[in-house]
Parts: sequence; C-alpha cells; structure tokens
Amino acid sequence: MTFDAVVNLLRQRFGAERITTSQFRDNQRIHIPADKLHGIMECLHRVAGFDLLTELSAADYLHYPDARDRYGVWYVLDNTQSGERIVVKTWVNDPEPTLASVYHLWNGADWMEREVYDMYGIVFEGHPDLRRILLPDEFSAYPLRKDYPMRGKGERHNFPAITRAQS
Amino acid sequence: MPLELADVIAPPEGADREYLWTLNFGPQHPATHTTLRLILTIDGEVVVKAVPDIGYLHSGFEKLGEHLDYNQYVTIVDRMNYISPVANEIAWHHSVETLLGIELTPRCKYIRTIFAELMRIHDHLLCCGAAALDLGAFTAFLYLFAQREKIYDISEAASGQRFHPSFTRVGGLLRDVDDQWIDKVRAFVRGFPSVYADVCRLLNRNRIFVDRTRGIGVLTREEAINTSATGPIARASGVTRDVRKDRPYLAYKDFDFKVICATTGDCYSRYLVRMEEMLESIKIIQQAVENLPAGPVNVDVNSKVVLPNQSSVYRSIEGLIQHFELIMPNRQWQTPCEEVYASTESPNGELGFYVVADGSGTAYRARTRPPSFIHFALFPRLIVGHQVSDVVAVLGSLNIIAAELDR
Repeated sequence: MTFDAVVNLLRQRFGAERITTSQFRDNQRIHIPADKLHGIMECLHRVAGFDLLTELSAADYLHYPDARDRYGVWYVLDNTQSGERIVVKTWVNDPEPTLASVYHLWNGADWMEREVYDMYGIVFEGHPDLRRILLPDEFSAYPLRKDYPMRGKGERHNFPAITRAQS
Repeated sequence: MPLELADVIAPPEGADREYLWTLNFGPQHPATHTTLRLILTIDGEVVVKAVPDIGYLHSGFEKLGEHLDYNQYVTIVDRMNYISPVANEIAWHHSVETLLGIELTPRCKYIRTIFAELMRIHDHLLCCGAAALDLGAFTAFLYLFAQREKIYDISEAASGQRFHPSFTRVGGLLRDVDDQWIDKVRAFVRGFPSVYADVCRLLNRNRIFVDRTRGIGVLTREEAINTSATGPIARASGVTRDVRKDRPYLAYKDFDFKVICATTGDCYSRYLVRMEEMLESIKIIQQAVENLPAGPVNVDVNSKVVLPNQSSVYRSIEGLIQHFELIMPNRQWQTPCEEVYASTESPNGELGFYVVADGSGTAYRARTRPPSFIHFALFPRLIVGHQVSDVVAVLGSLNIIAAELDR
C-alpha cells in the first residue's frame, strides 16, 4: 500500500480534516489526533500491513519554536513485506498526558512505552505492566522533560544509601 | 515507596506450588558480562518466569545529547555499544547528515563502509566468542579475541584511539586514512579466513556446544516481527530484513554481498548467522579497499558544515572565520526546524537516531533506537521452559550490551 493509499484509507475511516501529512527527506509522516490513536494503529497494523514497530519514542516540545502542544510521540512503522516505512506522530499535553497503548498490536512496544513513561511521564492506557524501567521506582521526576535540569535536582546526592555498618 | 521483590514477581499460576523459588541472577555475575539483573522463578532446574531488571548503567546519554553539539555528541554515542564503537558514530552522523541534507564524498563513504563492516566483525567476534566462553569453550574465545585485537590496531592507526575512536564528523571524518592503514586492513582481511575456519572446526560440530544451543531459546518469525527484533536475531528467525539492502546508505549499493538468514531461530542459528555475516563483511571490506576512490574525505568547506584545515585557519582570514563560526556555541550549523529518523544496520540490529532540530547546532532531542534494549525485552519469552544453565546460552546469543541497553 503506497503512502497516499494509506492516508486515503485513514481519511475515509477517521475523518479527513484531522489527519494531516508532512514529509522531510525520506520520512513520510502522518499526524493524527491522540484520541483516535488506537483505532488508527489497529487499521495500520491489520489493514495496511505495517507489522513491525521499529521505533517508538517521544520528545518534550516545551521550548521548541512555534510548538503548540507539549509532548510529541512518534511511531516508526515498517511493512516487512513491501519495505514501506511511515512515521506516525501524535501530540499529548499536561496535566495528564495519556495515550492508548499499542502493546496488543505490537508486543515490541512493551519496553519502549515503559521508557517513554519513565522519561516523560506519558501514561499508556492498556499497557499490561507500566512501571519505570531505567530509573529506580522511587524516582519522582521525569528527567527528559525540558524543565528538568541536566544535572538533576539533587536526587543522586540525597539518595538513601546503606552504609556497610547498616547492611 | 520502594517496590518489594514480592510485588515484582506475581506468583505464577497455581500459587500453591510453594516449591518454586526465586533466583537473583546478576547484576554482578560473570556470565552477564555487564551489569544487568534477572529475577528468575525456578521450578527445580526449569525457569518458570524471568523478570529482567535494568537501569544499573543508566547515565542519561539522551539528556546529554540535548546539550552537546552534533560533533561533540559523537564521543558519547561511542560509549553506547562500546563493542563496535564506530558503528554508533556512523549511525549518529548518518542521522545528522540526513537532517542537514549533506551528500558525503565517495572516499568518505567507502572508508565509513569499511569501518562499519570492520565493526560488524568486531562485534560478532566478541558475541560468538563470549557465547562459546559461557558454555565452557574457552579456546574459541581466545582465537576470536586475537582478531579483535587487530581491529583495535586498525582503529588506532586511523584515529589514534583504540577503544573509542570518535572517528566521524559531520560531513566527513576526523582525518583521512593513509597507506599504512590500508595495508593493515588488507593484512586483516588476508588473515581472517584461516582463524574463521579454525573456530568453525572448534564450535560448529562441537557436541557440547551444539547440544547446549540447538533448540534453545527459539524465536519464531511471527514473534520476531511482532516484538520489533532486527538484525542477526531477526534474520536467524527467517526475517529477511537488512537496512543495508532495503534502504542502502553509505556505499552499500556498490558492493556484492548476501544477507544471511536462517529459519530455526534458536541460539545455534543465531550463532551461525553471525559467523556467516563475518565472511560477508570480509567480502565487502575487500571490495571497498580495492576500489577506494581518491579525493577528499570531507565535503566542500564552502558548505559550512566541516571545519577548514589547519593551514587555512592559521593563514587565511576566511578559514579563521569559518572555524570560529562552527566552534562558537551561538553560531554553528544552520539546521532546519525539522526532525528526521534515519537508521543503519549496526552489528546488533537496526540502530537509528531520531533527531529533532530546532535551528541551533545542538540537537533538541537525540533519541537512540537501541537494538540491545529491544532485544533484551525478548529474553523472558525465550527462556521460559528452559533450564537455568540455558540462561547464559540465551543471553550470549542475544548479545546484550548494557551500556547501550541503559544508555
């Protein structure tokens, strides 16, 4: 299915005005509304044949020029039969950034969604085991957000440590 | 509130099976090679459940990527998969150059291709060697590691650094390679097949090695695609996907090579795929070295993306200004307010960078798609039903590099 065919399919099913496209170099992107994510992803997986979720991550567009929304989440999808690739992009906002999980379509999303949750605090509804993955469970901040300083907020220095005598 | 171990491991079905017990594997264990931890639930010798616990080596590389400029960050990506450092550098600058729309010079493309393939061999040598080592075959590991030493020498001859060469730059390389370097690569290419044959004789039909890897940790083709596996792991399960063929980058279009695939998807076929890939890499290196184009390694200095050479900086005002423009933090590269995902076939799988640029010379977001991270998520489904001693066999075949896993 070519890129235009995929876009037409999505527009037919989910409304033309809310699905936009853009292209930069060889990346062909589809911008979709966050509330339609689950339906659109299911359609891309089952109808359009994008069976490989190559990459899933997010960015915080807090200080980005002309950004209207806070968090952008992208999904790079590949079709292993035809070799086509599309980038699906969607936006979520504070105070409770929430998205539907795509774990049930692509099991590979498991850890990638957990990492996004860990780093940005975006909650993926329907994920079977949404816990922090790289940072300790008691960590309270989301470090890749742009309002989090590079050197941290002192967590490292105030971390409760056990001395040899206590152990 | 800290999570208790008991919360992490929900009792498996049939909680009355009180004879199940928990084994903590790692984070300090000789067979994990790096710091990763597994919480295994065991029924006698059989693994019932495995919960990986990672993050021991998390050092905020992606946050650093938002504070270091496009050239500086290469020293950090070096340290992600430190088993094949130049492959990471090539992937990072491939993304940056895609973003900036830079077309490299033919010589640079060829040298980068040679390095990318040397790094594939570099990585597979350690992976195959360590997989054998963990199963008790020490000799093969030493044979293979001796070859790694030669690749270290090649890195040193090119960049002056053995372990973290930081050899690529936006639009080119740190410096051109000389004839001595080419002789070293040729010598390596000549010497490799005999060592390869030795190791094949040591391992391929070795009764212990085959018994411990064949049929262990089977990943089916559907599972491999569904769980986002790429690289040798996916190819061992029959996914015929290789970024070098599917979306050719660097000079891969010019070379004749095969994509190695297997269909069984067990530890043994992953080992075989890696071994065969090394021979294909040798073929590519041979073709590239013998056809290495002449000419400059960096793109034209007037494109304002590469540093001018030293003599023009010291002896001409234009050179000095250009050097200054690229070095000062408030000048640097003129990037579009855009974002791009570009990927390369690293030894471990698809290694891509999603770069978001905001017009400055520093990435707004530098996301890595780390193959180790995605492959380690496969581990629980590969090990369940096998024995505790198979844990090291499966780990060895996945080639998990904790620095890339945790970044």
